[in-house]
Amino acid sequence: MRAALALALAAGLLGAGQARPPAVVRVAAAADLKFALDEIAVRLSRRDPPIRVDATYGSSGSMHAQLRQRAPFDVYLSADIGYPRDLVARGIGSSRDLFTYATGRLVVWVPAGSTLPIERDGVRALEGARRIAIANPRHAPYGRAAEAVLRSAGLWAHVRPRLVMAENVAQAAQFGQSGAADAAIIARSLAVNPALRAGRLLDVDPGTHPPVIQGGLILPWTGSRAAAETFRDYLLSAEGRDLLAEYGFGPAGD
Amino acid sequence: MDWIAVGVTLKLAALTTAALAAIGLPLAYWLATTRRAWRPLVDAAVAVPLLLPPTVLGFYLLMSTGPDTLAGRVYARVAGGTLPFSFAGVWLASVLYNLPFAVRPFAAGFAAIDRRLLEAARCLGASPVRTFATVVLPLSWPAVLAGLVLAFAHTVGEFGVVLMVGGNIPGVTRTIALAIYDDVQALDYGAAHEASALLLVFAVCVLALTYTLQRRTPAV
Repeated sequence: MRAALALALAAGLLGAGQARPPAVVRVAAAADLKFALDEIAVRLSRRDPPIRVDATYGSSGSMHAQLRQRAPFDVYLSADIGYPRDLVARGIGSSRDLFTYATGRLVVWVPAGSTLPIERDGVRALEGARRIAIANPRHAPYGRAAEAVLRSAGLWAHVRPRLVMAENVAQAAQFGQSGAADAAIIARSLAVNPALRAGRLLDVDPGTHPPVIQGGLILPWTGSRAAAETFRDYLLSAEGRDLLAEYGFGPAGD
Repeated sequence: MDWIAVGVTLKLAALTTAALAAIGLPLAYWLATTRRAWRPLVDAAVAVPLLLPPTVLGFYLLMSTGPDTLAGRVYARVAGGTLPFSFAGVWLASVLYNLPFAVRPFAAGFAAIDRRLLEAARCLGASPVRTFATVVLPLSWPAVLAGLVLAFAHTVGEFGVVLMVGGNIPGVTRTIALAIYDDVQALDYGAAHEASALLLVFAVCVLALTYTLQRRTPAV
């Protein structure tokens, strides 16, 4: 009996040695990372040893609310450094595990056939839009930035009744792409998606809104700290920064 | 197709249905046979998820089972984790939310049984459990089966409660309904179409089965 057990254990160990399962990093990610993080996940899965990234996307604010309830994630990637900072201030995580990884940029997106003259009038062209999709400013950093852009253009009061509030910025992009809204103010990182390339873009002047400083935090209850740190280090490496730049993010600027 | 999400969905639906059979059958039997004055209150408590937005149940569950609450601390001590954003948390939410979908058909089936048959069984010395197993169930099985099928199907189609309490975690709480929500936001309409078509076909089949069961009354 004991010999059989020992044999089974040895076989188990041998088996484990042959095909080691990849370390898993569960990421609570801001919705603007949707496409960039998919690419990062592919690259990390090819590394030796491989790391599997399991991402859940949502608005940074709803992720923050979940993490205050100790949601089982290893890393939090917020679109606004304020949220992970707030977690640290509440005793969740250490300031050593806090990092900034990018600056978010905004674009105004309209379908290819739109009559809104964004090329000529810039953001002011939105004055003629019937429905404008933005992320919900109450809990989405890109929503707050979009609100600031509209305020800077002097349009806020005028367009307010025409705003469609999405749960997060990816949903705002979807509202625009599907034609449900005739314009959307979204993250540049989402506009690289093939389905959105069919539209027209206007880069928003970063001076018209407070900077979207994207920050993250390794969560104190992570069960795979080594893999979480490898993930963070990759994000901050030259390759990681280049990849984020390809997806339209600005440098972290710290 | 996100087969991991399909697996999570089936597991959640199966466990929810099992729990509803265990809790719902005795509860429904009690509701169908009792003459207590406060029965309407229990009826209302069972039926309230039909009217309540899922966000209300989700909000209360989050508030009452979080890591800093009494229930949360007890659960952490016993199970070593937190209820929100875990499979167990979604399961609990799902059982509460689906209570009316199982209990109401059960109770309707039980109430339709001629009380004289139950009284006869008791007079002949059968225990309540034996009466239930040999008289009540054989006479009401279509209603019981319909309740179980509805509860299973409704769990498969659940969205709001699962999103709020489960947090959409791949392999843990991301059900097929949440995977569709994600697919749409990722502009992956192909994947959303596939999963949606699957759920549509499933829902039609389930309803057809339920209506077939409801027409069927066992010979007395």
